[in-house]
Amino acid sequence: MQLTVWTYEGPPHIGAMRIATAMKGLHYVLHAPQGDTYADLLFTMIERRDARPPVTYTTFQAQDLGRDTAEIFKNAVAQAYERFQPQAMIVGASCTAELIQDDPGGLAKALDLPIPVIPLELPAYQKKENWGASETFYRLVRALAGQPADRAPREGRRPLCNILGPTALGFRHRDDVIEIRKLLAALGIDVNVVAPMGATPSDLVRLGAADFNVVLYPEIARSAAQYLQKTFAQPFTEIVPIGVKATDRFIDAVAELAGVDPASVLAGAPSRLPWYSRSVDSTYLTGKRVFIFGDATHALAAARIAATELGFKVVGLGTYTREFAREIRAEAAEHGIEALITDDYLDVEAAIQAAAPELVLGTQMERHIAKRLAVPCAVISAPIHVQDFPARHSPQMGFEGANVLFDTWVHPLMMGLEEHLLGMFREDPEFHDGAAPSHLTRHGAAASSQPEPHPEVPGGKAEEVILVAPWAPEAEKELKKIPFFVRGKARANTERFARERQLPLITLETLYDAKAHFGR
Amino acid sequence: MNAHAPLPAAAGCGIEIRQEQGQRAVFCGLTGIVWLHRKIQDAFFLVVGSRTCAHLIQSAAGVMIFAEPRFATAIIDERDLAGLADMNEELDRVVGRLIERRPDIKLLFLVGSCPSEVIKLDLSRASLRLSKALSPDVRVLSYSGSGIETTFTQGEDACLASLVPDLPVEPADSASSLLVVGALADLVEDQFARLFAELGIPARFLPARRSGEMPALGRNTRYLLAQPFLTDTARALEERGARRISAPFPLGAEGTTRWLHAAAESFGVDPLLFAAVVAPGQKRARRALAPYQEQLSGRRVFFFPDSQLEVPLARFLSREMEAELIEVGTPYLHRAHLADELELLPRGTVVNEGQCLDDQMDRCREARPDLTVCGLGLANPLEAEGLSTKWSIELLFTPIQGYDQAGDLAELFCRPLVRRTRLEV
Repeated sequence: MQLTVWTYEGPPHIGAMRIATAMKGLHYVLHAPQGDTYADLLFTMIERRDARPPVTYTTFQAQDLGRDTAEIFKNAVAQAYERFQPQAMIVGASCTAELIQDDPGGLAKALDLPIPVIPLELPAYQKKENWGASETFYRLVRALAGQPADRAPREGRRPLCNILGPTALGFRHRDDVIEIRKLLAALGIDVNVVAPMGATPSDLVRLGAADFNVVLYPEIARSAAQYLQKTFAQPFTEIVPIGVKATDRFIDAVAELAGVDPASVLAGAPSRLPWYSRSVDSTYLTGKRVFIFGDATHALAAARIAATELGFKVVGLGTYTREFAREIRAEAAEHGIEALITDDYLDVEAAIQAAAPELVLGTQMERHIAKRLAVPCAVISAPIHVQDFPARHSPQMGFEGANVLFDTWVHPLMMGLEEHLLGMFREDPEFHDGAAPSHLTRHGAAASSQPEPHPEVPGGKAEEVILVAPWAPEAEKELKKIPFFVRGKARANTERFARERQLPLITLETLYDAKAHFGR
Repeated sequence: MNAHAPLPAAAGCGIEIRQEQGQRAVFCGLTGIVWLHRKIQDAFFLVVGSRTCAHLIQSAAGVMIFAEPRFATAIIDERDLAGLADMNEELDRVVGRLIERRPDIKLLFLVGSCPSEVIKLDLSRASLRLSKALSPDVRVLSYSGSGIETTFTQGEDACLASLVPDLPVEPADSASSLLVVGALADLVEDQFARLFAELGIPARFLPARRSGEMPALGRNTRYLLAQPFLTDTARALEERGARRISAPFPLGAEGTTRWLHAAAESFGVDPLLFAAVVAPGQKRARRALAPYQEQLSGRRVFFFPDSQLEVPLARFLSREMEAELIEVGTPYLHRAHLADELELLPRGTVVNEGQCLDDQMDRCREARPDLTVCGLGLANPLEAEGLSTKWSIELLFTPIQGYDQAGDLAELFCRPLVRRTRLEV
């Protein structure tokens, strides 16, 4: 049993729903208890879709358990076929139905429907949402992509690729696809099929006609792409084009696979991020301490952008995607830190508290932590809520994506002049210590009324309980004069300094000795 | 709890009660946590279930940014299912970690889910064990919010029912007292408390806002349901000797008057005093309702099942707003608790208990109602088909009971209609 305050991913059948809802002409019959239809709201409310997801639930109840739940499932499949006439169906169980073991695959097969019916084995007590999406997409591609077709010779036609990975309920998938389509068009590359988003089962049959695959979200589409590589000899891209440099490398990689010249697309200043970041207004961003957490794809991209395109200092990096732990560890090593691989919200909270960052780039869940610690925060990855399915065009990928990222990440930070003046004059009644940045309009906001988060020992593990020297009153008072967004770090550094030297009391001198020792 | 026992139709009042089975688009009882954790300020709700349960609650509540949420899930994993870990030991460990982190918690609910019910994890015994271990700082109770047993608001019913055996005992010789049952908005509760005080009725409320202030209970307690979905809570109260005052629910001016009147009658309040006490509220409610009546009069309304509030709401819309009822869906119909409501519905009203989603959507599309009251899974899809909808969950999250909320209640139904006429895009 795991104590879970917030969960980073839903159960695997939510992943399967994301595939089914992204596609057209595919229906999903899910053996699930009454109440599991809450998942419809993810699509109709959070993503604001205008149609019900193509999912039929058996919604069995306690009184049905004494009867034949298998019969209920068979009826649901037959009725769903009758009513919706899909091109193909997927069938599976949710966590509770998994316990009663009705074998949805076998039952559906016995109905002998005149369409492909693909059974899903999604172990709900071991695996999670992204795995469920990846597995479902892989099963669909395997079942439907058919035999390797003879591709038309490359001479005399434009190169052709598939875009794999975008789903329903994906973080900015809608706009990322628009950006990538634009880039491919500029390179003179045609798109064969985008899947699963917008594709039908019969589109999946045509996947083999493309020359190569563009994998936008490895968490979702890497295993399908690997299958296509093996079966149809289609190479696929490994670079996710989030950030200016990553987009450049992505364009190079795609151009090479397609045999076209990338120079014209890379020429000029395709993104504003480099100039914005070089302009002197951004100088104060240098060395801002940032903590990054999310799915592996977005966390990796964010770490590189933060360090090399915005000049932040990455003080924490982690992911809940265990499948990509190796890549995250390697990236963390580049920043001289240890990666945090966990799906435990409380571990993330402890790590953020210990790292005392000035900015958190994370998921909806990190917004809860950031609120508690009164640290600015921006969202870079799912899980997300309704405000991160915006009406406006807001990709993360490509050159426009980089523009969006610059604005989004800098926005929660206090602006330069205000930060300077706050450091100089501390007793202003309006622009006072700990009040929210004035451009965020929460005047006299709660931040000041909340107790200052005291860096605690993470996890409360016994061996880490260390006695901290007491603070002399004048040192404590001086600490308050340090701007609030670096105060946590200053406190931790000073206490560490005192501990290492076994000082009995933290005085004014200790504070400034520690400052000289550690630098900022 | 959701059994469709073939009870005799409410004979004589001309209501057509139908029953239906099939796919149900409703929440499970776990959803009750979303409002209960705000009502009882020092309680914590620990769901024992799967990742699906955790995902449900955070999808419902996670749009609010919580510095310290008062709910969480103990997720059962494969080690627990394979018997590799002793589930009770695991639960004790999880609760230990939780209490360590949140020493401010006074009341902990272990909330059962479909997975924990199917594998027959005995949470009531676990709560007894943990209560003993954690007393006197923390009390531990348990109830089931599973989808297989409870629908949406029945989660509150199960939660309140779990509180009842624990309520303090009222001395046998104490005077008659009134217990108002069902979580109400604080504002509404305060208004009712004032009204009962003016009527001279000693009234208390269940649940209280803090775990240490829960009301006492005894043979002289009479209780008045403020919500229509409190089947098990009522049964638990009866078992402790309390007696129910039968009444319609306090929605709209008429419903509120009848509800208060039932209590006043039971406590022998002088009719003149009653009339004097309710008169200002009645007058204000009538004034507040008038402009909405114009907008709702003659409108055809269709209710999908959701919270069991549907019948009282339909009664309010038809009698006070002159709306026309096409179908009143309800997930479960407690014939006795709803008897006063059913009597007030117009003859020939179709009340549909249970659900077969696709068939019901067909009926709704066919009828093309002016307003469809439905859950959020259906609302946007129906809007896209050109039907005006009122999402039903809001009726649980908004103060709607009592005289001074009657206008607000009507406004909730008018808003989608007004919006539709206002938008030019």
